[in-house]
Amino acid sequence: MSEHHDDLPGFCHPVSTKLLFGVFFGLIGLTILTVATSALGSALGMPPAFAFPLAMVIATMKAFLVCAFFMHMYWDKSFNVLAFLSSLLFVTLFIGMTMMDTGENQHTIEAFDINNLANVEVSE
Amino acid sequence: MAVADSHDTHDDHHDLHDHGEFIAHHFDSAEQQFDSGKLGIWLFLVTEVLFFSGLFVAYSLYRTNNPVVFEQAHVFLNKYLGGLNTIVLLFSSLTMALGVRSAQLGRNKNCSIYILITMVCATMFLGVKAVEYSHKWDMGILVRSAFDLTYTHPVPTTEIGKSLHISDYLVYLCVIPALLIAGFVVASVISKLINKNMLAKFMMAMAITVGGYFLGVGIGVIFMNATEGETGSSHASAIAEQPLRLLASTQDDHSADDHNKAAGDSKHDGEHAHNEEHFGAHAANGGEASFDAHHPDPSKLDRDIGIFFSIYYCMTGLHAIHIIAGIIALGWLYWRSLLGHWRTDYFGPVDYVGLYWHLVDLIWIYLFPLLYLID
Repeated sequence: MSEHHDDLPGFCHPVSTKLLFGVFFGLIGLTILTVATSALGSALGMPPAFAFPLAMVIATMKAFLVCAFFMHMYWDKSFNVLAFLSSLLFVTLFIGMTMMDTGENQHTIEAFDINNLANVEVSE
Repeated sequence: MAVADSHDTHDDHHDLHDHGEFIAHHFDSAEQQFDSGKLGIWLFLVTEVLFFSGLFVAYSLYRTNNPVVFEQAHVFLNKYLGGLNTIVLLFSSLTMALGVRSAQLGRNKNCSIYILITMVCATMFLGVKAVEYSHKWDMGILVRSAFDLTYTHPVPTTEIGKSLHISDYLVYLCVIPALLIAGFVVASVISKLINKNMLAKFMMAMAITVGGYFLGVGIGVIFMNATEGETGSSHASAIAEQPLRLLASTQDDHSADDHNKAAGDSKHDGEHAHNEEHFGAHAANGGEASFDAHHPDPSKLDRDIGIFFSIYYCMTGLHAIHIIAGIIALGWLYWRSLLGHWRTDYFGPVDYVGLYWHLVDLIWIYLFPLLYLID
């Protein structure tokens, strides 16, 4: 929680040390978790397809903690939050559009076997 | 407040508005100035995110197109060193946040201490990174065009390298920090002699900051040796360097040379031939069925494995440049903390640099699993 000091100006929100340390240990815990799942995931029978999404979910949880509390986003003006989150929207757009377009890359085109096209259509 | 009164002489034209010392005359109030700066830094962070997003797009594209390359390449990264660096950076984020808090409460001395710790962590991060980089350069793990995996560690030729058993590249990477330390210590002593005590303190703090680099190098080398030295097969999959040792002792140099020569020749082939070969390799590997991740045999590695390291060096290198820029900005904050500039209605610069620093941390939070934890 943000501390409330009567003598501080309205735009000054010092975050309590308790919360900062709490966030820090949370981040350390998540880091250990992500290394552990990476090192032991397959040994514990986790399907390989889960590894990448799981690592990204943990990274996003860490990013959320950093943004919300270390970067004071929780107490910040909503316009600043909106501006920053909009950049993530564009990152998603860039990656998404590029991924959608990979079928048009030169080596994919060259690897495409025109002779098997008919077979593919029949089997579909 | 601990603000020096000597600066107030140029403040005459501000009388009408009860302006504080650092409130620029085009702002109505401290709050307006703070909010404007804050919006500015957030917009800068937006451009930073978009700046890095280009590399994340490259990463996604190459990983989708060359999944085998990424599976084979990540074993060459030491995930314990990466994890260590993650923790160092997270800790520096904590001290940065504590520094911002101190500035907000006008506690300049505490703020300077937290900023100093943050800077030491930052240089420590670079020190560990230098250990990682030099280790890879030793083995010929370079960008795609220069990739030449040898598995053998060249014997150090420099005197320091020989006596400390460290890579020559690591010695070279330590030259600039060593010169910086010497320069800062000399500057500190001179400042002391001419009675500029605050400058002397600042220069000494900078020397300590750069000293963090050598702390990082020391810890990195110890970590590297410890993880390399482990022989337990239960951890083999997690240890990147272990298989290299085994191969270095069992593989004769001729076959490695032949392989490199073959790889070099095939580089001259036409693009079309390359693509056929490339796809053939993917099909033959069938994911990782015929590839033993614990003991990568150079002849079974995808010939485009260097692509991963091109991306690795670009992303971590750009990140390291941001760390260096952050250290310079933090040095400026440290100086102003010594001058006692921060007060409850003026702490903007600490807050802004803090936001930048957290963003650098944020990017590493994603880089770490994307590069080190591919399984």
